Amino acid sequence: MRNWYMLTLVGKDRPGIVAEVSQVLFEAGGNLGEASMARLGGNFTVMLMLQIEPEKDDVENLLKPLGKKLGLFFHIDEIAGNLHHHVEPNFRLSVHGADQAGIVAMVTGVLAGLKFNILNLESDVGGSPKKPIYIMHIEGFADCSHSSLEKSIKPLINDKKIIIHLAPIDTMMG
Amino acid sequence: MAKLKILVYPDERLSQVSQLVKAIDNKITSFIFDLEQTLSSFPGCVGIAAPQVGLFERIIIVDVSSRPQHKNHGHLVLVNPVITFSEGNIIGREGCLSVPEYIGKVQRSQKIKVQAKNEVGDDVTYHMEGYEARAVQHEIDHLDGKLFIDSLVGKRNALKKRTDF
Repeated sequence: MRNWYMLTLVGKDRPGIVAEVSQVLFEAGGNLGEASMARLGGNFTVMLMLQIEPEKDDVENLLKPLGKKLGLFFHIDEIAGNLHHHVEPNFRLSVHGADQAGIVAMVTGVLAGLKFNILNLESDVGGSPKKPIYIMHIEGFADCSHSSLEKSIKPLINDKKIIIHLAPIDTMMG
Repeated sequence: MAKLKILVYPDERLSQVSQLVKAIDNKITSFIFDLEQTLSSFPGCVGIAAPQVGLFERIIIVDVSSRPQHKNHGHLVLVNPVITFSEGNIIGREGCLSVPEYIGKVQRSQKIKVQAKNEVGDDVTYHMEGYEARAVQHEIDHLDGKLFIDSLVGKRNALKKRTDF
């Protein structure tokens, strides 16, 4: 049974990072599972599931030269490799408004109270540097009705002057 | 009555293009019955295409009536279906019996007009939109040897494009 790790890499973005990292891991007998890469504020960021024979210290030693060469910070955690256990979201929220501290905490606080499990969250700051706007998309699963969710988020819309669009997600299975 | 076996990706037969049904004879009628039984054995599934069970003839079944929040025409057997008009583009989430454990976002036409023969050979025409139109487009793709994973628009594009499902 080979070990599963979550490998996190962060650094200055440039073309070719994914290719170099995956080549080193492939040559070491590694197998990649689910992964999520995003460019955040000009930084390269990726979290990827890695299944590989060596123990954690050896994987770190394998990656050190590469981290140095590409200027990447990396971090490795041992994890349970639960592939094929996807949870499907049933609600989507789109949130936007003038950028202000606490939007994420306020919105997700309300959602947590409803046991809403966030499965995907993306956010961005747009607008002009003088008048930034905050935009966030959340997909998740909640075992509650559309109307109860809507009722719970309504005070936020009124109090914080942010716009929240709530929509059910209905996956077509054919 | 028989529940038919579903072909699962990466089975190469799923990329085979299906042929036109020449006549709705007893053999085809019996097959349609089995295909209906197969579809109904998967709760939550709203469509199936003949090639998914290894018959490469242009037959699909779509039934969105279990989701009354979406406009639909009920239980439809469409033989030799052709989309003769389409309008608008919309991204939505799809899954498939032939691609277990994966859901992806796919861009489809928002409105379509589909012409076909029904299970007794009568000409039928439907104007569809949204979820039902998506299901029909997904199933017709199977007849052309295409899977929804051939048309993915990626997971992280919700910020860029409108999604409705």
